[in-house]
Amino acid sequence: MTAFDTTVHLVYLACATLFVAGLHLMNAPATARRGNRLSAAGMLVAIVVTIAVLVEDGGLTAGAVLVLTIGALAGGVAGLVAAQRVRMTAMPQLVSLFNAVGGGAAALIALGDRATGAQAAVTGALDVVIGALTFSGSLIAAGKLAGRVPGRPIVVPGGRILSVLLAVAAAGLAVLGGTGRGTLALAGVAGCALALGVLLTLPIGGADMPVVISLLNACTGTAVAMAGFVLGSTPLIIAGALVGAAGAILTKLMADAMNRSIPAIIAGGYGSGDQVTVAPVPGTAGVRAISAEDAGIQLGYAGKVVIVPGYGLAAAQAQHEVVALAQALTEHGVDVSYAIHPVAGRMPGHMNVLLAEANAPYQQLKDLDESNPAFPGTDVALVVGANDVTNPAARRPGNAVSGMPILDVDKARSVIVIKRSLGHGYAGIDNELYQDPKTAMLFADAKVALTSLLAAVQAYAG
Amino acid sequence: MTPLLMADLTVFTLSVLVGFEVISKVPATLHTPLMSGANAIHGIVLIGVMLLALTVVDGGGYLLLGVAAFFGAANVAGGYAVTDRMLGMFRSRP
Repeated sequence: MTAFDTTVHLVYLACATLFVAGLHLMNAPATARRGNRLSAAGMLVAIVVTIAVLVEDGGLTAGAVLVLTIGALAGGVAGLVAAQRVRMTAMPQLVSLFNAVGGGAAALIALGDRATGAQAAVTGALDVVIGALTFSGSLIAAGKLAGRVPGRPIVVPGGRILSVLLAVAAAGLAVLGGTGRGTLALAGVAGCALALGVLLTLPIGGADMPVVISLLNACTGTAVAMAGFVLGSTPLIIAGALVGAAGAILTKLMADAMNRSIPAIIAGGYGSGDQVTVAPVPGTAGVRAISAEDAGIQLGYAGKVVIVPGYGLAAAQAQHEVVALAQALTEHGVDVSYAIHPVAGRMPGHMNVLLAEANAPYQQLKDLDESNPAFPGTDVALVVGANDVTNPAARRPGNAVSGMPILDVDKARSVIVIKRSLGHGYAGIDNELYQDPKTAMLFADAKVALTSLLAAVQAYAG
Repeated sequence: MTPLLMADLTVFTLSVLVGFEVISKVPATLHTPLMSGANAIHGIVLIGVMLLALTVVDGGGYLLLGVAAFFGAANVAGGYAVTDRMLGMFRSRP
């Protein structure tokens, strides 16, 4: 090993250390930004040292330099512009898009690599399959989140059989590719995997998208690690494995929070997507409606208020309104906190980002385990567009939400629910909370309702 | 199994375990930035694309290289930028 090679390896090792340290610093809001910048610094160093490797090698043609430079500059600018412009409510689809291009790049590496031999054949085929599948799957997921592809489960007739056939075809072509047919066979593998990604993601409903994004993220990490095997590049293996682990853990946490098994989610067919225009269902007896004025006065008189934000808040983009209301209540001497269910929003922790964007102090953001013991001492629980995660039916067996961890909103002294109608959530069942005598329903769009609540609180406070 | 593959496999396995260990301590509040930040880390695929440039010979290869470079760079630049923007919003207020 030459001195140059040794130095390069040591620098790569340092970069890997920076990634791990950066991820470690992400365990607290106060240090998370520093962690991300540390990780970015590691990446920058890795890129610079790779440029040095390319120069030292001297094997680059002028054409390759030109193509590489133009492609990377265009991609970098596109990524930065998207990152600057994205609205916080659209964050899940952007993350999914970045995930797609990462998986795509990993697949293209194996397609373009000229290495031969059994080892390159196995990891190369794996790289193409996982990368291409992630690419098309993530694009569909992003489309569903952005509303360009219907959020409801789309079941393709014969889709299961077709999926199995595609998987078999991909495996067959991969074996063929291993015996020396090279690029053409691998391109066939990529085609099968692309179709498979679409077929696997289409039947999954919008409600399960947080888990799917997380799972696809894990897949991209694995694809990048496989690309590292193909190229014999340790930094790719390390970074890919780290991301694979991150995705796997988040997927497990999300699935647990929804009380759903990962195989059941992949099988699809559950999660109806975004139901925003559902007429009030029959059986509204026992439901008590309340005016914004009365609700505002009730909030103003309370000693302790817990706000429960759900998908309805994210969809109405009412995060600024809810924080303004919380702030007015806090200034009025009310103890305010937010109880955040792990699957509120579209991605794990997405609700926290939305509230942080609106400047909610993160000390007020409480997770499920922290919130539930506090509900019995809460005067008013204000539920904004959260349905299934507040349904007491989850405590009983035998229904769609059974066993799902819920926020114990019904244990608060009184409950105000802001909702457009009595329509169902993703699980498609009635929420017993709404029939509870201590529950008052404020039927309105989250943004409108919160604005009038704020006005009422301010009028009351004088 | 070659010694090289053996070494790569070892690195891969240990990295997965390190990843589990580090990431399981991140609170739910930070899960979205964590996912986005992890997403940016797999942008290291750009380095793979750069190494690929050494072996490119024909027109198809150039096309592949250009698209891969675009994808990889968008992933790494956009991923870090958007994570930084998100985390800038997580500040405590007095």
